[in-house]
Amino acid sequence: MSKIIELKDVNKWFGDFQVLKDINLTVSSKEKIVICGPSGSGKSTLIRCINRLEEHQKGDIVVDGMTLDANTKNIEKIRSEVGMVFQQFNLFPHLSILDNCTLAPIWVKKKSKKEAEELANQYLEKVQIVDQAKKFPGQLSGGQQQRAAIARALCMEPNIMLFDEPTSALDPEMIKEVLDVMVDLAKGGMTMCVVTHEMGFAKEVADRVIFMDEGSIVEEKPTDQFFNNPENERTKLFLSQILN
Amino acid sequence: MKFINWSKQNLFANWKDSLLTITILYLFYVSMPPLLNWVFLDATFFGDSKKDCTGDGACWVFVNVWIKRFTYGMYPNDQIWRINLAFVIFFISIGSYFFVSSKIKKCIFIFLTVIFPFLAIFLFHGGSLGLEEVETRVWGGLFLTLFISVFSIIFCFPIGVLLAMGRRSNLPVIKYFSIGFIELWRGVPLITVLFMAAVMFPVFLPSGTNLDKLIRVIIAITLFESAYIAEVVRGGLQAIPRGQYDAANSIGMGYWKSHLLIILPQALKIVIPGVANTFIALFKDTPLILVVGLMELLGMVNMAKTNPAWLGLATEGYVFAAFVYFIFCFSMSRYSLGLENKLKTTN
Ligand SMILES: Nc1ncnc2c1ncn2[C@@H]1O[C@H](COP(=O)(O)OP(=O)(O)OP(=O)(O)O)[C@@H](O)[C@H]1O
Ligand SMILES: [Mg+2]
Repeated sequence: MSKIIELKDVNKWFGDFQVLKDINLTVSSKEKIVICGPSGSGKSTLIRCINRLEEHQKGDIVVDGMTLDANTKNIEKIRSEVGMVFQQFNLFPHLSILDNCTLAPIWVKKKSKKEAEELANQYLEKVQIVDQAKKFPGQLSGGQQQRAAIARALCMEPNIMLFDEPTSALDPEMIKEVLDVMVDLAKGGMTMCVVTHEMGFAKEVADRVIFMDEGSIVEEKPTDQFFNNPENERTKLFLSQILN
Repeated sequence: MKFINWSKQNLFANWKDSLLTITILYLFYVSMPPLLNWVFLDATFFGDSKKDCTGDGACWVFVNVWIKRFTYGMYPNDQIWRINLAFVIFFISIGSYFFVSSKIKKCIFIFLTVIFPFLAIFLFHGGSLGLEEVETRVWGGLFLTLFISVFSIIFCFPIGVLLAMGRRSNLPVIKYFSIGFIELWRGVPLITVLFMAAVMFPVFLPSGTNLDKLIRVIIAITLFESAYIAEVVRGGLQAIPRGQYDAANSIGMGYWKSHLLIILPQALKIVIPGVANTFIALFKDTPLILVVGLMELLGMVNMAKTNPAWLGLATEGYVFAAFVYFIFCFSMSRYSLGLENKLKTTN
């Protein structure tokens, strides 16, 4: 399988505080990885570096053959190939769900309005909220909003999807509807990097699980090995806490 | 019956409320009759000179006789139709805006923002195509008030928005330029700025060029007010959560696209009250152009009251001017409130 994301000795600081320490990570095309770890360990920062919502200071990040550096042309190109879903949904509250989905296809990919709407309807169908298309984000439940956010990202027809704790802000009864959509997406062959503490989801779809602590990757294993025989003490502690 | 219940609950609920209600009613009782007498019952409305005012009340003859000057300044009488025509076109386009389909709406909007300003300036100033030239130094009255306000508002708003964005920019040059610009204009009184525009500005221009005083004044007011708009808009920008920027960036939108399509629509909606406030203040600051020899409504009133044939009628003049200012400011205020409510219901 071909490499689609490659991080080499990536380091990042916020001021004096080092958030990422010598991160090395490769993700192959169509692979699904789950990233977990305690709060503040740098998981969000790591995946935000992949589409350059955060800038790294040292090391190399190559996404889909393009190196992330100060060259802004590359950045916009990469961002339209990498979709991202956030903990807080971050839908645009002044636009209807449909407009949320068609905005980037029209303005970034220069599609016609009609084309963009067809595309949006197709993905809204996929996440099962076509009937809500005319509503505004504020009128939807959390679960529906998060599914709309996934549809919005998919409308750019990305090769890679990043998820930053997509279910952490949801009421328990809505978590499943979002995870179902994500499982579907995974089965469809999308490359996915998911920060989550939903270990059920990890066991079901992840090819590899990565455990981070204090800015470093502490453990990285194929899913069943990660759960069945973790080596690192911190991973064991974390798993014992989270699995019950 | 309903009224009695309502007033029991709202006006006379306890002895403090009752006392307050009675005091206010008493103040009305004491002040309203003399005021009404002065304004209406004892006032003289029609006539040609001060001698016609025989009653104890206001002498509205003054306003009546001078109304043309109050409205148009020293604009030649036989050319006044040009101003009227421009305003009629303006109000017809705005009025019809609310009754036509969205396609024609777009046309009207483009007409008003792109074509109309030039058309209006051509009508007012003339000097070609058979229209007699009317120099700006004879422009005045309410016409000048509106001219200056409308053009300053049109220009200061986009400049203010750009400054607000500039102040939050990551590029140090742009950031510090914006900060410096904003703080400079906010730090000096408008009257000084106007004075500089009239007296100092020509010194900086290459000799031989001559920029019309009215244009200089509009530039001065525009820059001055854009600093205030910038700070109001910055407040709105700050209220937009970081997640909105992240989301916009993550779907491939760059700086301009994310600001124009996502950040500004939300930020500007929040700051409508503050922007309206600034525009109203701008409108009410226009009389200050008196210091550079331009006379809008209040300036004309000032001039008229010193006319030997009309001495002693300052009160009438000022009350009239206040009334006109109030009408315009109150309309602006209501409009902004309407806009706020309209945008609120769409999400
Ligand atoms: N913009 C920022 N400026 C300064 N420090 C930051 C910034 N963003 C994050 N940090 C710090 O970097 C560290 C890692 O943050 P990050 O959000 O990546 O952690 P996380 O693993 O995603 O945690 P959580 O599970 O709480 O989301 C934290 O200590 C955080 O305080
Ligand atoms: Mg996080």
